[in-house]
Amino acid sequence: MEAFIYDHVRTPRGRGRPDGALNEITPIQLAAQVLSAIRDRNQLDTALVEDVILGCVSPVGEQGANVGRVAAIAAGYAESVAGQQINRFCASALEAVNLGGALVKAGEAAAVVSGGVESMSRVKMGSDGGPWYNDPQTTWRSYYAPQGIGADLIATLDGYSREDVDSFAVESQRRAAHAWEQGYFSRSVIPVRDVIGEVVLDRDEHLRPGTSLADLARLKPAFAMPGEQGFDAVAQFRYPAVESVNHVHTGGNASGIVDGAAAVLIGNEAFGKATGLKPRARIKGFRSIGSEPTIMLTGPGPCSLQLLRRLGMSNKDIDLYEINEAFAAVPMRFMRDLDCTPENTNVNGGAIAMGHPLGATGAMILGTVLDELERRDQSTALITLCAAAGMATSTVIERI
Amino acid sequence: MTALNITVDGDGIALVSIDSSERPMNVLTEALQAELGAAFEKLAADETVKGVVLTSGKPGSFIPGADLKDFVSAHDRGMSAAEAAASSRKLQGVIRHMESCGKPFAAAINGLALGGGLELTLGCHYRVLSDHPKAVVGLPEVTVGLLPGGGGTQRLPRLIGVAKALPLMLTGRPVKPAEALELGIVHELAPADEVVSRARAWVLTNPQAQQPWDVKGYKVPGGVGPQAAYANQAFMGGVAQIRKQYSENVPAPLAIMSAVYEGSIAGSIDTGLRIESKYFGQLLSGVVARNLMRTMFINKGIADKLGRRPKEFAKSAVTRLGVLGAGMMGAGIACVAAQAGIEVVLIDATQDAADRGRAYTGKALARVLSKGAITQERIDAALGRITATTDYARLEGCELVVEAVFESRDVKREVTQKAEAVMPQTAIFASNTSTLPISGLAQASARPKQFIGLHFFSPVDRMPLLEVIVGEQTSQETLAKAMDFAGQMKKTPIVVNDGPGFYTTRVFSTFIDEGACMLAEGVAPALIENAAKMAGMPVGPLAQYDEVSQELSWKIVKQARADGLEARFTRPDAAPVLEKMMALGRKGRRFGGGFYEFPENGKKFLWPGLAKHFPLRPAQPDAHELRTRLLTIQALEAARCYEEGIVTDAADADIGSILGIGYPQWTGGALSYIDTVGIEQFVADCERFAAQCGQRFAPSVWLKARAESGERFYPLPKAA
Repeated sequence: MEAFIYDHVRTPRGRGRPDGALNEITPIQLAAQVLSAIRDRNQLDTALVEDVILGCVSPVGEQGANVGRVAAIAAGYAESVAGQQINRFCASALEAVNLGGALVKAGEAAAVVSGGVESMSRVKMGSDGGPWYNDPQTTWRSYYAPQGIGADLIATLDGYSREDVDSFAVESQRRAAHAWEQGYFSRSVIPVRDVIGEVVLDRDEHLRPGTSLADLARLKPAFAMPGEQGFDAVAQFRYPAVESVNHVHTGGNASGIVDGAAAVLIGNEAFGKATGLKPRARIKGFRSIGSEPTIMLTGPGPCSLQLLRRLGMSNKDIDLYEINEAFAAVPMRFMRDLDCTPENTNVNGGAIAMGHPLGATGAMILGTVLDELERRDQSTALITLCAAAGMATSTVIERI
Repeated sequence: MTALNITVDGDGIALVSIDSSERPMNVLTEALQAELGAAFEKLAADETVKGVVLTSGKPGSFIPGADLKDFVSAHDRGMSAAEAAASSRKLQGVIRHMESCGKPFAAAINGLALGGGLELTLGCHYRVLSDHPKAVVGLPEVTVGLLPGGGGTQRLPRLIGVAKALPLMLTGRPVKPAEALELGIVHELAPADEVVSRARAWVLTNPQAQQPWDVKGYKVPGGVGPQAAYANQAFMGGVAQIRKQYSENVPAPLAIMSAVYEGSIAGSIDTGLRIESKYFGQLLSGVVARNLMRTMFINKGIADKLGRRPKEFAKSAVTRLGVLGAGMMGAGIACVAAQAGIEVVLIDATQDAADRGRAYTGKALARVLSKGAITQERIDAALGRITATTDYARLEGCELVVEAVFESRDVKREVTQKAEAVMPQTAIFASNTSTLPISGLAQASARPKQFIGLHFFSPVDRMPLLEVIVGEQTSQETLAKAMDFAGQMKKTPIVVNDGPGFYTTRVFSTFIDEGACMLAEGVAPALIENAAKMAGMPVGPLAQYDEVSQELSWKIVKQARADGLEARFTRPDAAPVLEKMMALGRKGRRFGGGFYEFPENGKKFLWPGLAKHFPLRPAQPDAHELRTRLLTIQALEAARCYEEGIVTDAADADIGSILGIGYPQWTGGALSYIDTVGIEQFVADCERFAAQCGQRFAPSVWLKARAESGERFYPLPKAA
């Protein structure tokens, strides 16, 4: 049985700080609004939806107690709709899509809504604690180092200079600004409204259009100090041929901290017939892998290559690649691994410009690349994200 | 004979005064722990007793800690982790019973309280500490590879918060009274002769006493767990810092952190104490704690007390020291001697050079002054004791003259003879040479029985080791006097016999030469340096080579060849690398760069030219193998020195390797390393490396025979 993507929406990404436009919107509201949009713009009888699967990476406090189910209730979905919250770190929302797709492909559900939500301004990254960073025995055994150290390590091993990574960032900003200007996102970005119905945000606000190399060159390397305090030593234990870690990543060439939510409507063929909705793409296949946890962010390449191999496809069969820009070195390493280029990768910019709302990004970038496939009338896209503790998730979609 | 004096006064307050009859300080031995436990039980059961004051009958000290000797043999006796944990449970039990029996206990801490001594007071409900600056408190167990197993990892954080408690236990540093009060470790300060009365006064006004953590609703100050505000800094950052500082060789800091983290989150202190005892068991039954205690405390302690000094000679002292050569070494020797109250005559070929040598003392001590660790008066006094001159006649009256001139036999002969012409007949002449055999240099002396080697380490004011080299004709009396001088200089002496490179230089050379060999094999330079750090060496061999300088090393090789020494003493494996570096003009840090580039501004980095002249091999070896190689070659050379009688005492070999050349402390020293990995494994490693890398690794017949019989450098205690 096949699983089809019928629709997708996302909120704009608000700055993940107290002065961000979405700071006043609770995460359950963000999630409820994307769920409502899916229902309203498709005139969907939500009783046909069997499960809501939402990614959320800091599921505590305001984001605790299974936001998937509770957002379905808050959005007024039929009470028969179950819900769950999942966490595969930064890849969560793509994993939610994959999980939903798997249920449908296996014939165990006719339709699900998958997506994610993260209000980083209200529930800080790392709020949930966890043994990986802070249980001495575990932190020690796993050679934990923060993701920025991993990114700088990739840059060191691959030989990316500060100028190289900054150039990538400048281009991401340029592409995102262009895409917004041209209205490439207008079909899928839904404005976020407050309790009295006023629009609080309708555009990604993290963007800095016109960012230049000179602008970025002024920023200090964000991970030099933690590196000096001990994390470079940890990295050198894992990679003992490294003389010193070259710290090139800054706030300007890494993903932005933002608030946002996204949802994707997934169903089988029968669901399409029952609702009269047209499928936009099929979920062809997906995969997740574990990879070396200290460098953390090198999984997307191997994961995607393994997926393509399993699907009997080659990298040349993919029209567009969409990879989360956790740090500039990540897509740069990915392009080397897949032998693809900026010409067909992140063509409308990425998280460096627009931000990365942890639990929601996977669904957002899937939606972004699907819209672009439709705009170009191209066929196939591969979406991938690196994830913490050394993981990656990849999905291939094909337009109908 | 009991160590406790217990009296109960008219108000029913018991005073327990600890006063061990066997030792000058109240060491918390197992016997004392048992005595205290029995006493606390009795006092708890006695209806006439309303409260207890605990103090020490030793002026100036409360309890300095546990008996290391009790601990050292634990590993060698084959104590299991469970048995070791049980020993911690015992002391914990004594303290836990004291604090929960319902009667108030107040500690009158009249002097220093460290380790188990402080832990005992943490179990009291009130602590009054003497305000004398020497009345320090602390938990130094980490320095012997252990953790505070008497409840310290659970009580100190519950008292003052995890964020403040953890660094104290990870560094083991002593805390002065003012800071102890400020941190909240103690409740009150008082003059030493008033601590008992203040403690008593508290007991009288607090008939019911409970520890804060036994009160319902208690929360650890500052919070606990991964979501606490301090968690990222203390745990995430802290774990990385451990790896940076200790590599992966020392388990104690991680165990401390784990006991604190896991124990603080557990709701009940009793659970926390169980967790602490398990980690304690892990450490005490492990070999690293044994190594640290044996070499760095017990054996170093013996060496510092001049344990190897020939006993038949009366104690001597140097009142006037001659130093020939006012270069870095001579100036450093003069500096330390002057501070020790010795008059110094510092001689060089020109007055300028002599003056510069004297000025070194001023500069070195100015740095100490800026840290507040010395007064201007003491600096002036030290400088006042140094006479800088070119005039050998000033050596009159010197009981000891040390030459620290150029490493040239001719120059040394000349100064020896000039000095001996003036020195008293009974005086000793010492050479600070690091490589030229003493017996050869002694030929220039009119009194070879009074000629000895005193090899100091640079910088002399900071490096504690003194390698005392006994020449063929050196008398035992000369040795005794040299050791006495070592004591005056507050150095840790080891005694070795004569030979090329003596002991420390010989072993050190194998370390840096092995790095050069690895480079020649095509191993990536960064991998070599990182492997050394993984082993626990403070600096990589290539960096170390640049410090010594290729220039000096090449000179030594040429001299060794000219002297017709055995091939193995001419550094044959590294010589080709040295020669190449010299030809390329890469002569060392002082000469513009060696294996490293030394930019004006910024950190040094490996010379990019290395790849061209020492091409990388396609398959790089495993870092762990390289680490073992570096540890093995040095240990093997130390074993050879032992076999040849250059060193005759395993403890001296170990202390010398750690203090003189940075062999990692966790091993307990170069010979202790062999016992640690097991001699059979060690010989197997040598043979594997001999096949892969070269015959320099080939173990001798003697060593192989020891492996066959499983003989250890430190025999295990005989079963009782």
